[in-house]
Amino acid sequence: MAEYNMHILVCGGTGCKASESELIKSNFQHRLNEFGLSDEIQVVLTGCFGFCEKGPIVKILPDNTFYTQVTPEDVTEIVNEHIIKGRKVERLLYRDPETHELVGDSKGMDFYKKQIRIALRNCGFINPENIEEYIGRDGYAALGTCLSEKTPDEVIEMIKDSGLRGRGGGGFPTGLKWQLTRKSVSDQKYVVCNADEGDPGAFMDRSILEGDPHSVLEAMAICGYCVGADKGLVYIRAEYPLAIERLKIAINQAREYGLLGDDILGTGFNFDVEIRYGAGAFVCGEETALIHSMEGKRGEPTVKPPFPAEKGYNGKPTNVNNVETFANIPVIINKGPEWFASIGTEKSKGTKVFALAGKINNVGLIEVPMGITLREIIYDIGGGIKDGREFKAVQTGGPSGGCLTKSFLDTPIDYDNLVAAGSMMGSGGMIVLDDTDCMVAIAKFYLEFTLDESCGKCTPCRIGNKRLHEILEKITEGNGKVEDLDRLRLLSNVIKDTSLCGLGQTSPNPVLSTLDHFYDEYLAHVTTASCPAGQCKALMHYSIDPDKCTGCTLCFRNCPVGAISGERRAPHYIDQSLCIKCGVCVAKCKFDAVLIG
Amino acid sequence: MNKIKNLADLKKLQSEVQSKIKLREKGDSPEQLVQIKVSMATCGIASGAKETMNFLIEELDHQGIDAIVTQTGCMGYCYAEPTIELTIPGKAPVVYGFVNKNKALEIIEKHIKLNEMVDGIIPVAYSTIENK
Repeated sequence: MAEYNMHILVCGGTGCKASESELIKSNFQHRLNEFGLSDEIQVVLTGCFGFCEKGPIVKILPDNTFYTQVTPEDVTEIVNEHIIKGRKVERLLYRDPETHELVGDSKGMDFYKKQIRIALRNCGFINPENIEEYIGRDGYAALGTCLSEKTPDEVIEMIKDSGLRGRGGGGFPTGLKWQLTRKSVSDQKYVVCNADEGDPGAFMDRSILEGDPHSVLEAMAICGYCVGADKGLVYIRAEYPLAIERLKIAINQAREYGLLGDDILGTGFNFDVEIRYGAGAFVCGEETALIHSMEGKRGEPTVKPPFPAEKGYNGKPTNVNNVETFANIPVIINKGPEWFASIGTEKSKGTKVFALAGKINNVGLIEVPMGITLREIIYDIGGGIKDGREFKAVQTGGPSGGCLTKSFLDTPIDYDNLVAAGSMMGSGGMIVLDDTDCMVAIAKFYLEFTLDESCGKCTPCRIGNKRLHEILEKITEGNGKVEDLDRLRLLSNVIKDTSLCGLGQTSPNPVLSTLDHFYDEYLAHVTTASCPAGQCKALMHYSIDPDKCTGCTLCFRNCPVGAISGERRAPHYIDQSLCIKCGVCVAKCKFDAVLIG
Repeated sequence: MNKIKNLADLKKLQSEVQSKIKLREKGDSPEQLVQIKVSMATCGIASGAKETMNFLIEELDHQGIDAIVTQTGCMGYCYAEPTIELTIPGKAPVVYGFVNKNKALEIIEKHIKLNEMVDGIIPVAYSTIENK
């Protein structure tokens, strides 16, 4: 049996593969063979290291040497110097961009600080259905400390000092919210966990509840202790069955271990948690609508004030926090507010979980410190744009947010910078768009979502958004006029100013943000009836290049509507009145003869 | 399970559990076992994590290899589901992506039995609250 004492890891991510990492691997194997070392050293192709900017990456274990921008020609030198003689090849080592020092051991690399898992600390690490694994990872220690050693005011002070802000999107300071609920006088108060995750493409709350439900329960109990509540409610959408099941298991286990229920840890503090199901309405993520839905009423928002901290569930003071916000709480207590506040920017502390989706290589769930740039997220963690295409924009904040363009690639991401850039943090969906995405169509997509989700209570949202959508529809079909662009902006602003709740007030954001950043694209649609990204079907025009067409009849045979005609071995022709722009001819043509204009 | 009555009880349980986990992870005991965690969030399951997990359990059992196969939450590598984390006693954990039945079998045959790594490792690229 071979017992390898050294491993050479070669990155096989999309980016590195494009830079010949497979050749690097085979070169290594050849060289090792020549030295008779292939039984002692193994060469392995790995997934993406997420450091594509400096790829291809080669990492040598066990000494953790991290080589960057390795070429197939460098292999001989690495084998001769590093493997045979034990001398690291300095010119290929990673150089710290700030100190300009060579980093031999990758553990010291700055790159590993790009992701810090705080809220996701146990996700993918413990078995979520086993409370003991959570306890083994400092679980419920924070609750124990708070109940036995600290007063509620001291705990609230800690949360305030940490600088934690609501992770559901608004970014309201969590400590302050707790204090407001604490100040309200009542015989009964409630702690509510908002697990009504509604942004298209966001799934961090679901992942936390599925991977680490106890962290949320523990934080809810701490919150209950601070605000003076003995009852907690998790409002979760019924379409998250696995999260619900794991949450139920967790609640039962915590009760069994005496960590929920009466007289927790012998301190006389009572707290229990129940689950309330939502039917999956976007507006129910808004706290007043959420509370009404829990009360069994229609999920419609009401005017604030009164804030839930004064008058919430059943008219009693209620503290509503998001899942990710709660997941941060135990760590703040255990590691101290100073530790937490040392991460992030001046006004946005800690980390944020983002669901990275769209035209990006490493689609995934990431947790990054506040203040990281979009460039680092997309190119270092996300592995760059799919198929080597060009980055166009990132949509953050879901249907309430906006687009960040190339010019924001180096802006540090935090609550305030995103708002200044015309978008918002939102719950953390991040949809990456490339040059084939039409921004008018993107705006229309989000508006369709809002149209579906508007509760219909107030006129600007119910009717205004419908009108906005009609105008966008007109534009994407090539019937728009220049005046429509001004009308879009005017109507958007009216909806923003006059809607009752957050849903309506933010629903035109995707329209306004794309109008601001991609006005030329809108203009192209209305003046020349063309879609620069080539996405709006109605504006596309398929034709056959007679010089390239060989008359193979492949397109003719595959056209579903019989729009293509022509003799064998002679150029074919597309009848525009019949063409449905399905693109089959483009996909079938072996000679790139079908032009899209 | 008896209820935990106070903070001291909780700390006692915590250190008991920790030493149990340590034993499992660091392999300080004679009955050191191979440990596999399968990422089983909704998205992982949708990509076939359940089949992978069942296959791993059956195949390891069939081959008479003593191993602990447990489920865990989302590891965040959505582009590479199903994902598993394999820990060979005394060695650092290794994460594999795109683990279907074939890949799982390859991992058992090569990594678990021969201690050879298999292509498709996902390198760790984050820091944890312990080392930050």
